[in-house]
Amino acid sequence: MAGPALSDAMAVSLGDVTKVYDNGVAALGPFDLDVKRGEFVSLLGPSGCGKSTALRLIAGLTTPSSGVVAVSHHAKETRAGHDIGFVFQEPTLMPWASVQDNVRLPLKLAGMATTEADRRISEALAQVALSEFAAAYPRELSGGMKMRVSLARALVTRPDILLMDEPFAALDEITRFRLNNDLLELWRKLNMTVIFVTHSVFESVYLSQRVVVMSSRPGRVSAEFRIDTPEPRVEDFRMSASYAAYCREVSQALVPSYSGRTSA
Amino acid sequence: MSSSRDFVRFLLPVVVLAAGIALWELVVRVNDIQPYVLPGPSAVFQTLVADWPVLSESLGVTLLTTLEGFIAAAIGGVALALLFNQSKWLEYSLFPYAVILQVTPVIAIAPLLLIYLQQQTAVIVCAWIVAFFPVLSNTTLGLNSVDRNLAGLFSLYGASRLQTLRYLKLPAALPYILGGLRIAGGLSLIGAVVAEIAAGTAGAGSGLAFRIAESGYRLNIPRMFAALLLLSVAGIVIYGLLALISHLVLRRWHESALRKEN
Repeated sequence: MAGPALSDAMAVSLGDVTKVYDNGVAALGPFDLDVKRGEFVSLLGPSGCGKSTALRLIAGLTTPSSGVVAVSHHAKETRAGHDIGFVFQEPTLMPWASVQDNVRLPLKLAGMATTEADRRISEALAQVALSEFAAAYPRELSGGMKMRVSLARALVTRPDILLMDEPFAALDEITRFRLNNDLLELWRKLNMTVIFVTHSVFESVYLSQRVVVMSSRPGRVSAEFRIDTPEPRVEDFRMSASYAAYCREVSQALVPSYSGRTSA
Repeated sequence: MSSSRDFVRFLLPVVVLAAGIALWELVVRVNDIQPYVLPGPSAVFQTLVADWPVLSESLGVTLLTTLEGFIAAAIGGVALALLFNQSKWLEYSLFPYAVILQVTPVIAIAPLLLIYLQQQTAVIVCAWIVAFFPVLSNTTLGLNSVDRNLAGLFSLYGASRLQTLRYLKLPAALPYILGGLRIAGGLSLIGAVVAEIAAGTAGAGSGLAFRIAESGYRLNIPRMFAALLLLSVAGIVIYGLLALISHLVLRRWHESALRKEN
């Protein structure tokens, strides 16, 4: 699916996109989003605001009812390369396969030779600090570790664009903070575009260069914030006054998204 | 603590069995019941030993039939489920007939089969008819129980139908398939026995069920009991073997095979 041409600086562009599900629910739109190459963008909003739908549209897991979804497709050095990595809300691992076989999946589906695949797998596992658990089974791992495996599987194809759908929502705070830091480090190192869906104001401000606040039913962009704090961001940023100020600002913008909802 | 409880769990049924056998023997002796009415356990056991050449041969015949029916049911059930999974049209056209085959009592079908098929074939077909449905329905259930996100992941990475089947659907369905096979093992024995009984009245055959029918006509009640005992043991062994295989295959990852904590 070669979408409409994108300028070189762009990774993703959604123009006037709407999504109406078969049961008549208007989930999204009209929705516009432009993401630059190498940018870290968060989609922030209440549950059911269509932010996951936007992500699935970009991934090509679902098609828009109207509008244009354009995603940059790079020429790849190997045919096992894949433009997009996707990390789901749950780790979504195959319980019958070991950690390394779970990470191997995208390469196996692309028919990559075993030796090259093995090299990539150990590289990806090293990136998420799980090298010594290569032979473990998913059930033997903690929630945070399973999420790391899921991240390694997304990274193993060396994607240009990493899509993450509330990946750390089910984890405890300390684990989430650590994974946030690890993710930022990977993003800096691997030069990826990251689109990160979350309902946590604090997480979105900490991670992103840009926070896109969405309102629900149907999902639209209600506000946008640029978080100008320079990289590298580390734990100190969490404690800083500017972080608190950003969080306050973004939270206030999020309030209208929740108004008129019967359930909190 | 847990090992002593395991021991009790093992011991209690054995005690009940021993008590039952002792009571049976006692009732037979005290009332002086003749063996052609009700043989005591000792008489049954003596018959088992004395008639072993005949009975073991019959046991072999029945087990072979069961095995053939079981293999046919396993292959047929899984293959049909895979076909149904790939083509809804095929499923809609054929599934009702699979149900009809299942709900029609096999004992009523057996005499008919014996008219059109050679006896050996008819017996295997009977075993297959009873045993294939649990494999079919369990495999179908398993193939449809794939995690949606995993299916999304496979389509994101451009998996072909065959790859999705091989790397996702079949492994996900494996616990269900093994569950179906466990039921099918016992059922194929039942199917074989039913067909042998139906065939036995026509006079030809040598399986265990045929021995039971034949011994009934001859009022050789101890041998009936001995043959019944062998059938029962065969059923238990088949079930145990299949449960063991299922455990060995699933123990690394599936909930059903994991040791409980505490």
